[in-house]
Amino acid sequence: MITSFLLKSFDRTIVIAVAIILGLALIVPALNLLTAPDHPLHVPTYLVSLFGKYLTYALLALALDLVWGFCGILSLGHAAFFALGGYAMGMYLMRQIGARGSYGNPLLPDFMVFLNWKELPWFWYGFDMFWFAALMVVLVPGLLAFVFGWFAFRSRVNGVYLSIITQAMTFALLLAFFRNDMGFGGNNGLTDFKDILGFNIQAQGTRAALFAASAVALALSLILTSGMVRSKYGKILVGVRDAESRTRFLGYRVEHFKLFAFTVSAMMAGVAGALYVPQVGIINPGEFEPGNSIEVVIWTAVGGRGTLIGPIIGAILVNGGKSIFTAAFPEFWLFALGGLFVLVTLFLPKGIVGTVQAWRAKRKEYRKAAEDEAARGQAVAEPVAAE
Amino acid sequence: MMNEKKPTSLLYLDGVSVSFDGFKALNSLSFVIEPGELRAIIGPNGAGKTTMMDIITGKTRPDSGEVFFKGDIDLTRRDEAEIAQLGIGRKFQKPTVFESHTVWDNLELALNRKRGVFATLFYRMTLEDNARIEEILSTVRLSNRRNDFAASLSHGQKQWLEIGMLLAQEPELLLVDEPVAGMTDAETAETAILLKEIAKTRSVVVVEHDMGFIRDLGVKVTCLAEGSVLAEGSIDFVSADQKVIENYLGR
Repeated sequence: MITSFLLKSFDRTIVIAVAIILGLALIVPALNLLTAPDHPLHVPTYLVSLFGKYLTYALLALALDLVWGFCGILSLGHAAFFALGGYAMGMYLMRQIGARGSYGNPLLPDFMVFLNWKELPWFWYGFDMFWFAALMVVLVPGLLAFVFGWFAFRSRVNGVYLSIITQAMTFALLLAFFRNDMGFGGNNGLTDFKDILGFNIQAQGTRAALFAASAVALALSLILTSGMVRSKYGKILVGVRDAESRTRFLGYRVEHFKLFAFTVSAMMAGVAGALYVPQVGIINPGEFEPGNSIEVVIWTAVGGRGTLIGPIIGAILVNGGKSIFTAAFPEFWLFALGGLFVLVTLFLPKGIVGTVQAWRAKRKEYRKAAEDEAARGQAVAEPVAAE
Repeated sequence: MMNEKKPTSLLYLDGVSVSFDGFKALNSLSFVIEPGELRAIIGPNGAGKTTMMDIITGKTRPDSGEVFFKGDIDLTRRDEAEIAQLGIGRKFQKPTVFESHTVWDNLELALNRKRGVFATLFYRMTLEDNARIEEILSTVRLSNRRNDFAASLSHGQKQWLEIGMLLAQEPELLLVDEPVAGMTDAETAETAILLKEIAKTRSVVVVEHDMGFIRDLGVKVTCLAEGSVLAEGSIDFVSADQKVIENYLGR
């Protein structure tokens, strides 16, 4: 059952993409750790972390593609699931600091001591254990998506109305996490991390390992989503996107199909957030900013929605561009991003990958037509030759 | 009188009324469909034909009245997916197929198999399912288009594909809304043959404007107007009825 599911997930493009991502997981850390700093192929540690961050963004875009590209749910709140996964990881990293904080309190993180709290809030229990934090990384975003989706899809909230309430969701979380008495570090968020699983978080080796872990998570998620969209379940998702009422009248419970995709997608976004936080070294309420979720939509649209590979390419390209652009002309980045979105919508509505795919399909058709033509030409030519 | 018929009939509507913003779309509508019956429903625009289908398939809830399927299944308490699983198929006025799927995939999705999330996630095509899809493809004359995207089909072929999807669903009752709208005369005649073929194994209710097509079908006709039944009987009987001429044919 599982094997047939996995076999179905591999078509040529996915195999190539997974191979490239896993190849990167080996090569980039190797070039960082095994070459001397003055070697021409040496990848500096700051770049390893920067690329690692791009990979987590790629995973977030892939998660969005599952619901937007294949099911037509335009979520404008996916960064919220990313941030929640990030906070779960951040809480683990805070507890790892222990007595090494500025106030030297073995149990309470610095910000709690600063706020004069005497004991650890109940929801911080368990986060000293990695396995518990890892579980929360998927469970918390998954549960929020499940509850949110349960009400939204059952009430048949669709289209732009759904997009608006996802924005409201992330905005509500933004306001909540800004409050000091929520117990998540308020405005400053969680930072000053020391180590992860006993390894120094700043060390070169840890950074390389985090990069590799991000790449592996992306590759596994790509296989999982590919298996999902290629199964009968995935065909029904596309059916929901294109003709929801037809799916309903065929006897499928549309709300269950949407809910499953939305929850899986939120869990993937949570994993992305959890890998992002140790690589950038901070998580704060700014990650819930509604604009962040909209940026994810832009990456996905640029790469090509509904193609799985496209959003990964889109996320890496746009963020690579952002890193270069904000260094050169910091004040113009938002205009460039907005302009990019307008241009892609107007001239590349299928995104980069979607356009390439359409072009290749057209070429194949053209070649087939040419062959048919040649065959017919021959059939006509023969009797002439016989004369 | 109607109550006596309830246990044996396939579909039973009694005194069904529904209004939207004060407009009475259905006004105490009652009729009965027997197992294996092919029934045509005619009526002017706004007579409530589509609303009637919405009520039977669970899209709209009636304000009052009873709707029973197979004797004692109360349809007013169930939603679209549940009613579809009970065995009521519906064809829309505008052909509604999955445009970005192939003809084959359209039929695969319609096939009457387990419809849960996990059942579909791990579904594998069996020989039996394969044979069933082949059979439907030849019934709706689309065998040579199986690998084409539904978007590339002509209007008439899309209508047939949708009928094929309904067959794959194996319903006991099929509701068909204007199947020949926009079809050529040849396609219309073929559709009449197809529907008569289908009606041999299940009940079919056809809503149609095309009187020639209904004459081709040669079945019992119900004429609706202003949300209730105006006349019922053979096509000749109904079209001779004074009220029907005034309300519908004469217009």
